[in-house]
Amino acid sequence: MSGTLTERLAAARAAGDPNAMAEAIPYARFLDITAALDGDDLVSCMNFNQRIIGNPILPAIHGGTIGGLLETAAILKLLWMQETLRIPKTITITVDYLRSAGPKDTYARANVTKLGARVANVRVFAWQDDPARPVAGANANFMLSPA
Amino acid sequence: MANDPVTPARRGSKGDPEGKKPPTTEEMLRLISGSTPHSRELGLEVVHSARGMAIMRLPWHERLVGNPDEMVMHGGVVTTLLDSVCGMATMSARQPPERIVTLDLRIDYQRPATPHLDLFARAEVTKMTRTIAFLSAIAYQDDPKDTVALATGTFMFVGKRRKNGGGKKPA
Repeated sequence: MSGTLTERLAAARAAGDPNAMAEAIPYARFLDITAALDGDDLVSCMNFNQRIIGNPILPAIHGGTIGGLLETAAILKLLWMQETLRIPKTITITVDYLRSAGPKDTYARANVTKLGARVANVRVFAWQDDPARPVAGANANFMLSPA
Repeated sequence: MANDPVTPARRGSKGDPEGKKPPTTEEMLRLISGSTPHSRELGLEVVHSARGMAIMRLPWHERLVGNPDEMVMHGGVVTTLLDSVCGMATMSARQPPERIVTLDLRIDYQRPATPHLDLFARAEVTKMTRTIAFLSAIAYQDDPKDTVALATGTFMFVGKRRKNGGGKKPA
C-alpha cells in the first residue's frame, strides 16, 4: 500500500497483477472494485456491498456507482494495455442504463475502439449474471498522457 | 383491502415536527436522498429544490480520489452526483413525485475538481413529455460559472405504483 502511484502501477504491471492497479486507485477501493485477467482480457468486478444501494425498495445498485465501475473498468483496461503509468483523464463519458442492477456483484469489460497518441475511445459493458444481458454500457473518450 | 389505508405520502410527517402539513417537495427529496444507502455513505445532500430543478452537495473525501498523485476526485463520483441531482430534479417536476429511471447520462469534463473542496451540482428539466424528462446539469465547486463538468440526462417516469388503474388514464 506504499509508494507513489507510478511506483505502484509499475509494480502491478511487472507482477502481471491487474488487481494491484485497481488497489492503487482510492475510489476503486471505496467501491470495492477488483480486476482479474480472463485469458488476455481484463474483467473488473464491483463486489456487492449494502453501501452501494441506490434504491432500497427494489433493491437496486446506485446508477452512479455503475457509472463509476464502467469508467474504472475503462481506465484499468487502458492502463493495462499501454506503456504509460499515468491515469488517463476522462474527457467525455455517456452511460446508457439498460436494466436495473440487483444487489449482487457487477462485472465490466472494456473494449478500446481507438488508441491514438493523445486520445482513446473506449466502449464498456457491465453485467451481473449474463454478459448477454448487460445492465449498463458506456462510451468514453480519454486524454492520454505521454509515458 | 376495502378501505384505502393511509397512503405513504400522508404518513410522511417525519420532516414535519407538527405532523400536520404534508411534506414539501424539497422535504420529500431530502427524505428520499436520506434513505438511499449510497447517498448517505457519500454524505450527499439536497441543498435546494424547486419544481423541475435541484441543487446537491457532495462533501470532499480522500477515499473518492481517482488519481492519488494529483488528488483529483474520480469521475465516477461526479457521475454519481450528477445522476442523483438529475434524478431529484426529475422527481420534483411532478406532483406527487413519481418513480423514475435513468435512461442515459452524458458527462463532459471541463476541468479537474480542485482537491479538498466540496462539489455541487445543479440540474434543471429542460423539456418534459408524458413519459420522458430531458435534463441539463452542471457540476462546480466555489463558482457555478467555473464548471467542473456539464451533463445531459434523459430520465423516464415509471409510474406512481398505484394499485388501481396503474398509470393509464384517458386524457
